[in-house]
Amino acid sequence: MGTIPILAAGANPLDAYYEMFLGAFGNVIAISEVLVRAAPLMLTGLAIAVAFRARFWNIGAEGQLYAGAILGSFVALNFADWPAWIHIPMMILAGMAGGALCALPGILKIKVKVGDVVTTLMLNFIMIILTSYLVQNVLKDPFTGWPQSAPIPDSATYPVLIPYTRFHLGIIIALFFALVVGYGLIQYTTLGYEIKAVGSNEIASRLAGINPTAVTIKTALISGSFAGLAGIGEVAGIRHHLIATLSPVPIGYGLTGVVIAVMAGLNPFWVVVVAFFFSIIINGSQTMSRVTGVPIFLSEIFQGLALFFTLFFMFLDQYKIRRVR
Amino acid sequence: MAIELLSVGFLVAMVAASIRIGTSLMYATLGEMLTERSGILNLGIEGLMIFGAMTAFIATYATNNLAIGVGATILVGLIEGLIMSFVYAKIGTNQHVWGVAFTIANFGLAYFIYRLYFGSPAVIPTVTPLAPVKIPILSDIPILGPILFQQYAYTYGAIILFVVFAFIFKYMMWGLIVTVVGDNPIAADTAGVNVYRTRYVAVTLGAIFMALGGSFLSIAQFNSFLFELVAGRGWIAIALVTIGNWKPMRCMVAAIFFGFVDAFQLRLQALGLTEITVAGTNIAIPFQLFLMLPYLLTIVFLAIASRTADYPTALLTPYSRE
Amino acid sequence: MSDIAIQVKGITKRFPNVVANDHIDLELRKGEVCAILGENGAGKSTLMKIIYGLYRADEGQLLVGGKPVSIDSPKGAIALGIGMIHQHFTLDEKLTVVENLVLATGQGRALLNLKEASERLTGLSKKYGLEVDPTAKVYQLSEGMKQRVEILKLLLRGAEILIFDEPTAVLTPIETGDLFKAIRALASEGHAIAFISHHLGEVLSISDRIVVLRNGSVVGETTPTGTSKSELAQMMVGREIEAVTRHKAREKGAPILDVSGIRALSDKKLEAVKNVSFILDAGEVLGIAGVSGNGQKELIDVILGMRKATSGKLILNGNDVTNKSTKEIIEQKLRCIPEDRIGWGLLMGNSIAENLILGLHRSEKLSSRLPLLGVIKEKEIQDYAKQLLARFDIRGADVNAPVRLLSGGNLQKVILARILSQEPRVILAVQPTRGLDIGATEFVHKLLLELRDKGVGILLVSEDLEEILALSDRIAVIFRGEILGTFTAESATSEKLGLMMAGVTEKG
Repeated sequence: MGTIPILAAGANPLDAYYEMFLGAFGNVIAISEVLVRAAPLMLTGLAIAVAFRARFWNIGAEGQLYAGAILGSFVALNFADWPAWIHIPMMILAGMAGGALCALPGILKIKVKVGDVVTTLMLNFIMIILTSYLVQNVLKDPFTGWPQSAPIPDSATYPVLIPYTRFHLGIIIALFFALVVGYGLIQYTTLGYEIKAVGSNEIASRLAGINPTAVTIKTALISGSFAGLAGIGEVAGIRHHLIATLSPVPIGYGLTGVVIAVMAGLNPFWVVVVAFFFSIIINGSQTMSRVTGVPIFLSEIFQGLALFFTLFFMFLDQYKIRRVR
Repeated sequence: MAIELLSVGFLVAMVAASIRIGTSLMYATLGEMLTERSGILNLGIEGLMIFGAMTAFIATYATNNLAIGVGATILVGLIEGLIMSFVYAKIGTNQHVWGVAFTIANFGLAYFIYRLYFGSPAVIPTVTPLAPVKIPILSDIPILGPILFQQYAYTYGAIILFVVFAFIFKYMMWGLIVTVVGDNPIAADTAGVNVYRTRYVAVTLGAIFMALGGSFLSIAQFNSFLFELVAGRGWIAIALVTIGNWKPMRCMVAAIFFGFVDAFQLRLQALGLTEITVAGTNIAIPFQLFLMLPYLLTIVFLAIASRTADYPTALLTPYSRE
Repeated sequence: MSDIAIQVKGITKRFPNVVANDHIDLELRKGEVCAILGENGAGKSTLMKIIYGLYRADEGQLLVGGKPVSIDSPKGAIALGIGMIHQHFTLDEKLTVVENLVLATGQGRALLNLKEASERLTGLSKKYGLEVDPTAKVYQLSEGMKQRVEILKLLLRGAEILIFDEPTAVLTPIETGDLFKAIRALASEGHAIAFISHHLGEVLSISDRIVVLRNGSVVGETTPTGTSKSELAQMMVGREIEAVTRHKAREKGAPILDVSGIRALSDKKLEAVKNVSFILDAGEVLGIAGVSGNGQKELIDVILGMRKATSGKLILNGNDVTNKSTKEIIEQKLRCIPEDRIGWGLLMGNSIAENLILGLHRSEKLSSRLPLLGVIKEKEIQDYAKQLLARFDIRGADVNAPVRLLSGGNLQKVILARILSQEPRVILAVQPTRGLDIGATEFVHKLLLELRDKGVGILLVSEDLEEILALSDRIAVIFRGEILGTFTAESATSEKLGLMMAGVTEKG
């Protein structure tokens, strides 16, 4: 499936895949880079998996990511005198709060049919512009003049856990949130159950005493907070400054998260697996493109195609159900 | 810099610019309006616009012929539209997810094809963009001239299309059929209408318009293809359809209004203003606020419109013959 | 014979559990109004659906104009000149009358010619006494007016045979009078009219001939002059129901659901519930008997907190819950066995276990309260679900299988199992055995009676008279949004109930 574009680009597929493999697994650094990239993908994938379960169509994980980065950076930059074991958690909380607040307007869906999609999407753009403004003005780095914030103090930086790599605390945090918090929420909590119920049948949920509006609000907040966590993770773990390009363009972590979530069947565990998979493809294809000349954007196509195939199989699934009835 | 905000010249220029810059939004909104009136929500609009922009650009660049650029865009819109309409009409469920999938796929494909063709050039490739067409005599009329008669062919096309569709929905059988299909497909079915076919046509036609809206950006308003080109216009168009209450002329006005917001912000950038000083006070409004404005206003207006929104009653409800 | 419009010969239709039409022979003649009378489940709507192309008969023949035909779809029916006026109108409410009609007639042309359509419309209206304002938007019209539009739509499409399915259910007495005038006019112009109803008074007044169906067969054919209401009622309902296991009388419990003076509007903004009052005691089954469409849906919605009561009070367990949220009502231990099992009662995308715990997921037994979140106890849920599966004899899959694999009867059992385990105080049971086979029906009935004996108050809303009679301690009959009368179990007979359900009170 991915071979066709490679051939179209005039490269030798075998070479290409070999380079891709090397790019992903060649050495410890490569592997850690895969994990580095997987961290935000896991989190946005998780954010969307939770949201979609409740039929809250959160396409704005990108904006929530930046909102989290902004609020988290604010805490990071202003309390440098705190010890790390206080500073980091506070920063994380701020990041999650930022993301949560950014997702909240999506509850307009209760009033308008596309209220969640449009609102969360618009906030994507708004947040990116806001970030860009902040790093060029209010939070501007006094030393270098680049469009970035002042550097995050050490007390708020995620420590690197494997020397000579970029493997940082944020990766562990991401794994924790996805596998424990996310999975735990959906599978093991009453709220998780209610989210699934409301997404499945709102009326039946109501008749069972669930308040669908309350559940939607909680879903928005939780979903946004995961995306916000991704944002602050990038700041505190990799970039060490707040910048306006935390997330790749044109298809950022937020939108990729949609693909990941759907492919994972909205299951947090599979979100992690799929996120790794994507991370391997993206990193690997970057190496591959450097070496073989195939354009980088193969990974974007791949994502699109992957999503299509997933949906295609979902479609077949539904068709089968209808026939059985 | 002092701007004589209330000078006639400025106002006329702004209105003309609103219409001009709103053109791509107009096409997108028209396409989505038509689609939604038949009961389908197409979230693939942003992706279609990007792909249309890319197609138009490369086709024009390769053949040095703008007409071919436009033609290629229409062809692409047609093909994508047929695929999309089949998925939306026949499957019916999960329209949100399918729409986002289409958008992502289109993004990826657009960039890939672009890179494949151009590689990573040091200088961004450009084309000679379409030039506005001055209609003789009429364009010399003071005030109305520059506003209405010195626009791009695309723009004239958009306005004409809106008028045409306003006519269709008011006076033509097909308009009535689409409306009933979107309100009550069962009623349409029992009256002998082929619901599926109506939706195929509406979605496909809508897709062609959406692609054209994107193409305007790369070969008329600007002269190159960049990944930030569409900047969310597709998503805004979705809101505009609700804000315009699914009526052609209102949607057009909504699109032009947002064209105004866009034009205003562009003018500020062109003037090199990084902030606006409100006369007489010391308040400096950063120009980023104006960049945000279209997006903020979209949310605000959508919220306001939610109270009186007159949905096609069967929007998003999958239809299947019992 | 030239005056027979449709001939039904030996039409038989079987469904998995029941023979809906059993070798039915029927004729509809031109210029005649033929009433088709029967209870629900008698087979009237099945027969009509066959004639209208929505169902295919298993055996038998249809002849139109003397020639055998095969009707595959509503379009096929209309092509043969058969038109049906349904209870749910197929109109686009947002558009005007003439716009709706022109869709039915003018698809050949590209341009809308509203003026011409309007003129044709007015001509037809006058001819049959079906006046309606062409420029009015359909949602503004009264039900009676909308019905006229439906009729005109069919006439414009060339219908010669018109089937009216319970047309007066939504009309006021004056509108009914107007409809009847129109029907007479249509008949005198040579149309063949079928009038399906359960309203005896109306049937006697409008029809030229009456055919009575019961349990899928024709049990009698007569004329208005040759019969009486009580004779018709008897034919419809059959002999006195034999040997219903009447339950023992018990002491009255305390009132738990007090409905007083409730009024509510239908979705079309007409008054559907008109001053309904009753009291349900603990440990009793109060049956609300009535053909559906007489306000039950709206009343149920009000009791569940899903529709606004425009006046009146709802008191549950002594608490005023009038117009409160569904959640608060559920908190008062009221549960519903819904008519629409799937749409209102089940999470079709989830497993059986997940469906079984809906509503119970926050209970102490199945979850533990941690600060902020409750944690589901997976093992307890599995055990609990398995127990329920066994106790309710739910067959077809295991607890973690998707619930959609279950059959109708088992789906209902899932709902029952769930509700019962929540120890409700009041149960609103709406058509609880619809579509279920004998075994499942018995199961449900037994269960409901057990609950009653334990002190649960049960409001049973059903069209099935046998069910009502078998289970209820008291029976209230609802007709056109009002409670026409209440009976005790001892004093109720199917004949009396049948008459009252058809709108006949002691006053006539």
